[in-house]
Amino acid sequence: MASMTAAERLQRVRTARPAEIVEKVMTVVVLVGLAIWLLANLVKEPSLFFSVLLDGLNLGALYALIALGYTLVYGIIELINFAHGDLVMLGTLVSANVMVNNLHLTKPGLAGFFGLALVMVITMVFCGGINVAAEFFAYRRLRRAPKLAPLITAVGLSFIFQNIGQINNGSQQRVWPSVLGGNGLHVSGVKVRYSLFVVLVVTAVLLTLLTYIVQRTRRGKAMRAVAQDQDGARLMGINVDATISFTFLLGGLMAGAAAVLLVQTEGVTRYDAGFELGLIAFTAAVLGGIGNLVGAVVGGLLIGIIQGLNDGATYGLGQAWSQSVVFGILILVLVFRPRGLFGSRAMEKV
Amino acid sequence: MVGAVLRGLRVRSWPLGFTAAAVIVYFFYDRILPNLDNSVQSGFQNWLPIGTITYCLVWVMLALGLNIVVGYAGLLDLGYVAFWAIGGYTAAWLMSTFAFDKQIHFSFLAPNGYNHAVGIHISFWIVLVVGALFCALWGALIGAPTLRLRSDYLAIVTLGFGEIIPQFFRNGESIFGQNISNGTKGITPLDPIGTGPLSPVLGGKAVLGPFDLIDKYLIFVVLAAICMFVSLRIRSGRLGRAWLAIREDELAASMMGVPLMRTKLAAYAVGAFFGGIGGVAFASYNSSTIPTFSFSDSITILLMVVVGGMGNVWGVTIGALVISWINLKGLSQFGDWFNGQFSTHVNFPSYNFLIFGIILVLMMLFRREGILPESRTRQLLKEPSRTEMESVGADIEAAEVESELVEDIAPEFAVQSETETLGSGE
Repeated sequence: MASMTAAERLQRVRTARPAEIVEKVMTVVVLVGLAIWLLANLVKEPSLFFSVLLDGLNLGALYALIALGYTLVYGIIELINFAHGDLVMLGTLVSANVMVNNLHLTKPGLAGFFGLALVMVITMVFCGGINVAAEFFAYRRLRRAPKLAPLITAVGLSFIFQNIGQINNGSQQRVWPSVLGGNGLHVSGVKVRYSLFVVLVVTAVLLTLLTYIVQRTRRGKAMRAVAQDQDGARLMGINVDATISFTFLLGGLMAGAAAVLLVQTEGVTRYDAGFELGLIAFTAAVLGGIGNLVGAVVGGLLIGIIQGLNDGATYGLGQAWSQSVVFGILILVLVFRPRGLFGSRAMEKV
Repeated sequence: MVGAVLRGLRVRSWPLGFTAAAVIVYFFYDRILPNLDNSVQSGFQNWLPIGTITYCLVWVMLALGLNIVVGYAGLLDLGYVAFWAIGGYTAAWLMSTFAFDKQIHFSFLAPNGYNHAVGIHISFWIVLVVGALFCALWGALIGAPTLRLRSDYLAIVTLGFGEIIPQFFRNGESIFGQNISNGTKGITPLDPIGTGPLSPVLGGKAVLGPFDLIDKYLIFVVLAAICMFVSLRIRSGRLGRAWLAIREDELAASMMGVPLMRTKLAAYAVGAFFGGIGGVAFASYNSSTIPTFSFSDSITILLMVVVGGMGNVWGVTIGALVISWINLKGLSQFGDWFNGQFSTHVNFPSYNFLIFGIILVLMMLFRREGILPESRTRQLLKEPSRTEMESVGADIEAAEVESELVEDIAPEFAVQSETETLGSGE
């Protein structure tokens, strides 16, 4: 051993293990399969392909907003916030009720547009507030506890939210009118709904703001520091509790915005929507590499598009299987590339 | 001394206590209750019918199975309902007229009374074992790719499987043109339980029909007892100790030579095995398998384990009995009583997830170890009073105080230690 040179030792380290080869091969196989499937759908019925692609893009943008909430919280305290999807569900109920029952806005128009902006602020504040409160009353006390405890707490909170939603919304789904309307442009047989533009613009603005906050402000710097090392951050004079609260606030704000747009584009509220939304968004966050903001957005868009194609395209499996498809992706990603598309190789802290 | 004797007695006499409780319940419902006053009878019929006790015992089996995964091995499984579903469908496939193009009969010891019908009709007792083994196989299959993940990713993947498998059965009306689960209609009716050589004990009945609840109770009590026995025995064995070691410190356990993957897989398989027993028992109790399995069932089972006391078989058993009773009867009966008493119209059962959620959160905040904790779990779940960095600081502080003390009391030692430090520094 002593005679081994540094270069030789490096060589030994760099030899790929069989697991890594399998990982690479499987990644390629999955991606190639996906590409073939996409091409087959495109060739078979191009206009349908593009319509469902746009629907998927719409969904994907919303998933991206929700996934950001997961990725922010996971990035800072390594907690999978199970209640996040249900928080979005509560947001959909608040936004729909305020929009229709309090503001009486049911039709597109200028009033509808300003109403939408107002409702968005209300819902964002509502969701942010609930998220901060959940952190303050529950997760904060469990910060030093074993990992199982906060996870189970999050599951409990998700149950509480879901039941509140059920009391408010009833156990059936409710249909709501949209101020964005169903109209759109027709480009050679493909309908592009106007609501898609609203969704994309809002998502882009929020993403830019979020990136600015995390990358350029003192608060953002504090967030990144706390994510790296809580004790170290505390020693540097950072208020860790306040920083974590702020992170939950940001996640909640994104959830609120997603909730408003979800009601406006899908037009329905369900008390049990949160479970599915949460899981899909979590899958998106993992696909992009959890803890990575860009990754969450790309993952959300990808999952949305895949789901849209699966539900609507010629060779899709249909809506009945859409959850299984999303979970299948999640499991494949976790098994073969747990760090996601953009994540750095993370080790579990011992 | 007396305490030690009592403790020894308590450990050894658990089968006695359990049997006594089971027999008392049996005699009460079989012999005493029918002779009692009408109002008492209807009271028991409303609040605690024997059918509900039997159903609660199914939950006990499931909770004990999840206890092995969560309580013993410390792996959070949020999709345990998948095994319940697999067990239930195994029973449905092997004990009904569903596979009508086949005609397979195998009535080992206990004919189930369908000797000339179409379909697969296999004795309940064999299906019990087959279903449990099939579930264990699935547990290993699900576990194998996922167990090397980080602990919280594992929770999500199990959750995913817990969703996919019921969805598979819900949409299973035509998988590649093959009907495997009858879709949302489910498979019904299932064969009754054949009693075989047990029939003299069970009042001479050859098969147990839908109304022989007290006999089913006896059978389910025995099944639950087997699950408890296996749980307790396996815990003190080599495998059980390996699970506890992994739960407490994975790194230390692997350093001590515990094969992590194999041990975790075993936890998954054994947990799934119990889930299969529960699934088959539930299917034959209901005489049907309908795809109503959902995430909330997984969480209800988790709640039983958490409330009862993770890792403690007795706590989990009692937790399962109490929570399933609340779920099945308690809450609605209490609601009826409350509404009648105060002439209100509160729909109590619709709040049960709210109540369960609040219980979960409060338990995690204030009594993480459960109502009846295992002494080991209590130690484990106690949170450290300081973080790692703080304890380093405290150690330095303590060392400083100590050296000051030494300086005060015996200066010559203090000087000596200083030179030692200098020497080691060079």
